[in-house]
Amino acid sequence: MATAAGSPSCSPRTAAAAASSFSRTASSSMASHHVPSNPGVKIGPNGTAFVSSGIPDLDRILGGGFLLGSLVLVMEDADAPHHLLLLRNFMSQGVVLRQPVLFASPLGDPRAFLGTLPSPASPSKEQIKRTMAGGNDQQELEKGLRIAWQYKKYFGDQQSSSIHDRDAKQEFSNEFDLRKPLERRLVQYIETISLQDSPDIVVLRDRFSNFLSRLPRSDGDNLSASRIAIQSFCAPQCGFSERDWDMVAFIRFLKSMVRTSNMVAVVTFPTSYLQPSFLKRCQHLADTLLSVRAIPDEDKDLAKLLTGYQDMLGLLHVHKVAQMNTQVPTVLETSTFALKLLKRRSLVLERLNQAPVETSSGTSYSSSGSYFAKRLLDSGKKSTHHVATIILLRKGFGGHKLQNTPLWSLHLIPDEVDIR
Amino acid sequence: MNPSFSSPTTNLLDEALGIGRTGSVPWRIALVQDCVEASGAFLLHHLLKRSLSAEAAGAVVFLGLAQPFSHYDRVLRKMGCNLSLQRNKNKLHFIDLLDLEFLVAGGTDQNAIEDGFMNLYNRILRFIEANNLMHNNGGWIRIIIDDISLLEIAAQGSSSHTFDFLQYCATLTSELDCSLLILNHGDIYSSEEDQRLLSHLDYLSDVVIKAETLSTGIAVDVHGQLTIINKRALGELGWSSSKVYNFQFKLKENAVEFFYPGTKF
Repeated sequence: MATAAGSPSCSPRTAAAAASSFSRTASSSMASHHVPSNPGVKIGPNGTAFVSSGIPDLDRILGGGFLLGSLVLVMEDADAPHHLLLLRNFMSQGVVLRQPVLFASPLGDPRAFLGTLPSPASPSKEQIKRTMAGGNDQQELEKGLRIAWQYKKYFGDQQSSSIHDRDAKQEFSNEFDLRKPLERRLVQYIETISLQDSPDIVVLRDRFSNFLSRLPRSDGDNLSASRIAIQSFCAPQCGFSERDWDMVAFIRFLKSMVRTSNMVAVVTFPTSYLQPSFLKRCQHLADTLLSVRAIPDEDKDLAKLLTGYQDMLGLLHVHKVAQMNTQVPTVLETSTFALKLLKRRSLVLERLNQAPVETSSGTSYSSSGSYFAKRLLDSGKKSTHHVATIILLRKGFGGHKLQNTPLWSLHLIPDEVDIR
Repeated sequence: MNPSFSSPTTNLLDEALGIGRTGSVPWRIALVQDCVEASGAFLLHHLLKRSLSAEAAGAVVFLGLAQPFSHYDRVLRKMGCNLSLQRNKNKLHFIDLLDLEFLVAGGTDQNAIEDGFMNLYNRILRFIEANNLMHNNGGWIRIIIDDISLLEIAAQGSSSHTFDFLQYCATLTSELDCSLLILNHGDIYSSEEDQRLLSHLDYLSDVVIKAETLSTGIAVDVHGQLTIINKRALGELGWSSSKVYNFQFKLKENAVEFFYPGTKF
């Protein structure tokens, strides 16, 4: 928090939930002055632009959304189809904003999948309450920071512009109701390609180039954006699944195509079908790298350790965040999030929280903490950054129940200890 | 942006690589190895900036396979170096290979790959010759490749063509006053049986720079650590020995901070 206030070189993209009032007021004042000619595209730092991923929480985590011109790779989990949730929201968002969408799938009939696209949710009472509650939380936090008196005058601006923000936000990204399918007349504008029909890469490449050539040209500063969604790219049903080099070459072609035009491509990958070296190549090619992991049902130990375990569908891990036109990487506060369905309708991403533990029970915290760390490490094979978890305990006065404690990770740097 | 003052105080990286004030280097071939979690592109940006500074007497050929020119332009502009200006002054020859394909319709064709590489090499050679003519064979040339794993993909995995191309570029360094800087991704080869490209590069290079994350995890203040192995360093007694440097880095928009572990405040 101190760093955001001090150094001018700190980019506003370090996604910290408790950002200082500086960056927030700066961005909110910019949002109110700048009238975007295309509401579906938000201007970002360093001459980049964002489009929404369809999941507002994910946009926030990634520092604004998916960068236009970036390639997003989602590594699937063989046990669960949660990556489809990401794809669905992404495509629906594009349709709602009238952005051209191209969908490629290894299914014989990709249009069948389009029937499952969610429709925008009407803001419910809970949602409005949630945004208000969110606003109150921030105020609490700010009070806790003991901000000097002269900054209080900015709070007034913040509250008045927050309403404007919400309206502007509604244009950029929507909450989607996964129970309501998208209207048929909107869905028909999505172009589909079946990967089964493309026997080799050259044919597939031509089809994609064809789509690119038919896109409307962006005029003046009215930035147009389009979206490409590819499901399960190297699944065995694709004709070219045996040819690793061809597939990597296609990903590279996709990246260069996306980079030189205003597009975002989201590609999901079943990781078990690729050799590890090619998987690494694709990971290097990706601008934003996400992975989705399933959580086993009825895991009693996990249920004891995490709050809200019953609602959790799976885990989303952010490995890499796109950095275009800059060399500074985005360091997230936490990179593993819980995927939840609120009221079976909308997809949210939440930080992992540790459940309260009874002090009367004899088990030591170290054992439960280390167990949890081990579970996280097992379920996140690549999350080498969770070395150990220290559970911050706040004991109630004379009480025995502990409050919910957020999960903190301890990173040891030689000669200094950094607790985040 | 102001080219008139002298280059900033040398930092740990310049010391380790032996980059002089005029931007000249004592090595011929340097290899940068990075991984998914810690990208090594900032090293290329740094060296590019040092090579194009006002006192630098040479020129740069940049094979940009990973990013478009605009990306490098913006990044270097924040670091105080105007790439478009240098390109117009012929000090920088940027070869945009973002959509490099040696493919011919109908699949891979070995001849097409060979021709593609030959064309690429000829382009580099032509620029070097033109530059030498202009400056009467004075001044050095730096060839920067970002990055070589993409050349491999463009060559459809045929390592023989990639080796040949590398060998041609390596001869350039010995015959003409060139130095070569290559970015490669080390973690791609860690599980592969065929490690030939990696070992070949390792053998050819005088300096190997490895960019990794900290073994303890990610942090906001330290983005990673560098291990520099300088193979042809001259020891005190005059015979060559390897010198190893190890320090950490933090990336900022306009510079990179290098410091020994534990000395960052």
